[in-house]
Amino acid sequence: MAGDGVRQGAATPAVEASERTVQRLVARFGPEVEPLPTPFDVPVVKVRPGALREVAALLKEAGYAMLLDVGGVDYLGRRPPEERFEVVYHLLDVRGLRRIRLRVPVPEDRPEVPTLSDLWPSASWAEREVFDLFGIRFTGHPDLRRILMPDDWEGHPLRKDFPLRGSRQAGTPQALRQRFFPLRLDGPPGDAAPGSGGDAPAGRPGAGGEGGA
Amino acid sequence: MSEARRELWVDETGQERMTVSIGPHHPSTHGVLRLIVELDGETITDAEAEIGFLHTGIEKHAEHLTWQQAITVLDRMDYLSPLSNNLGYVLAVERLLGLEVPRRVQYVRVLLTELQRIASHLVWLGTHGLDLGAQSIFFYCFDLREGILDILEETTGARMNPSYFRVGGLAQDIPPTFARMVDAWLREFPKRMAELRAILDDNPIWLARVKRIGAISAEQALAWGLTGPNLRATGIGYDVRKAFPYSGYEEFDFEVPVGEHGDVYDRYRVRMAEMEQSARIARQALDGLPEGPWRVEDRKIVLPPKEEVKRSMEALIHHFKLVSYGFDVPAGEVYQAIESPRGEIGFYVVSDGGNRPLRVRVRPPSFYNTQALPALMRGHLIADMVAIIASIDPVFGEVDR
Repeated sequence: MAGDGVRQGAATPAVEASERTVQRLVARFGPEVEPLPTPFDVPVVKVRPGALREVAALLKEAGYAMLLDVGGVDYLGRRPPEERFEVVYHLLDVRGLRRIRLRVPVPEDRPEVPTLSDLWPSASWAEREVFDLFGIRFTGHPDLRRILMPDDWEGHPLRKDFPLRGSRQAGTPQALRQRFFPLRLDGPPGDAAPGSGGDAPAGRPGAGGEGGA
Repeated sequence: MSEARRELWVDETGQERMTVSIGPHHPSTHGVLRLIVELDGETITDAEAEIGFLHTGIEKHAEHLTWQQAITVLDRMDYLSPLSNNLGYVLAVERLLGLEVPRRVQYVRVLLTELQRIASHLVWLGTHGLDLGAQSIFFYCFDLREGILDILEETTGARMNPSYFRVGGLAQDIPPTFARMVDAWLREFPKRMAELRAILDDNPIWLARVKRIGAISAEQALAWGLTGPNLRATGIGYDVRKAFPYSGYEEFDFEVPVGEHGDVYDRYRVRMAEMEQSARIARQALDGLPEGPWRVEDRKIVLPPKEEVKRSMEALIHHFKLVSYGFDVPAGEVYQAIESPRGEIGFYVVSDGGNRPLRVRVRPPSFYNTQALPALMRGHLIADMVAIIASIDPVFGEVDR
């Protein structure tokens, strides 16, 4: 149950009230909803995408009037049954001064989460940002297009396999090799040797030019 | 609306309509914001905001830097209040580490972030006034702000992006001149604030431009995720410093000013009163400033003193390890919110146990405040648009990150 495991921080009445809300959600939604230990005063609940809209509507009814934030996290390399992505929602009850966090696991092969922008207009831009930077689609969003990156940008920059530096082609495996491992001191010269057409200056690992093509 | 944008056309009812594109480079947009407004005569019937022009991948960069280094890029988000960015992030990391910083550190952090809040509000007031034709207040505000920047420069070495708060304490102790400088500025402040109020508080031109403009209800403000002065102007007294105290705010005596109508005028009143409250907190922090260490003793987190590095092998190893590798942070996640001049800035920090953050998600208050702009502008004259943008006080470094 919520609160099991290690709780870091003090158990204030507001935190306990949120934990009771989590328990009610678990009782109602069963396996779709899984309580997690409370890290640092914000109760956390893991919600499957299928139950998200119902859970969110219920929480809004229960007084969490503000959807503070929607953010994404890429846990690249996490093994099944854990999913690669998570969409994280922070909700706030401004009168009861309670917070709650929803963590929604999103599979890599079908990155889709239902939108909450009709429940809270504040979700509209935030979901566009998660779509833009992580490539997670929000089904039912009325205007799902890029918000920070240019419209014709390829790839999703906050994914862990998107390189920090490099040109627009930098996401390909070949370019990755050229960019980050251009120097080979032993063995035959690889495809990243000087003059092989890689756009990374030879001998300067990872120090290639910045910006787009 | 973005598809097939027309500049001039006649709608179904036979009314002439016009689409005007404002920005991204325009003095009244306070940064790099593009607004596309649809007009019926001079009245705004619809609006759309385009952002992203200042996107520099700050969250991505933070994932590639060590925990301590990430402070420097996060510093640059809200460039009018960099110390709030510092504070929220270091508090988040310190919670993951389970670090308790000395009381002196808490007090210095509170004092400087409150001065920073005043400095930020002074930029808002000066540019807000300038946008509506009040030129002199711009110079008064920037002159007063200069005093705070002098204090920051003397204390941190930088006027604009100090990166002064570090995980485990401060970058260096406050200088010997600190108390004298802050005291002199705080003594001067009430007089200067009275001058600012004298220019605008009863100015009929100013009042005509700001009253009943860009109003939003409390319920709508919650739905749009507004925080900070923009939310408090609607009558909801939510302030992170009171609701979820951090860095010792529960020890300070201050009030949270609230408005009533949620219009440009109430946002003005709330921020003006906030500056006075911030000065009150700064005064308490200065008078009660405890003596003691300015960082934690843990050598796995903070650098050893240079003198010691020259003599002690142990210290040299610590120094080398911290500079080359940094430190590991236990796996976990934390959401740390603080009250920045623009509202609740939240840091959702995830660690996988390594020496770099797995994820630093920032909840930027300006992002959500800017999102509500079209809703605030509908039905108003295009001339009021600049008043509404300025009253929201967006910083686009933070919106776009």
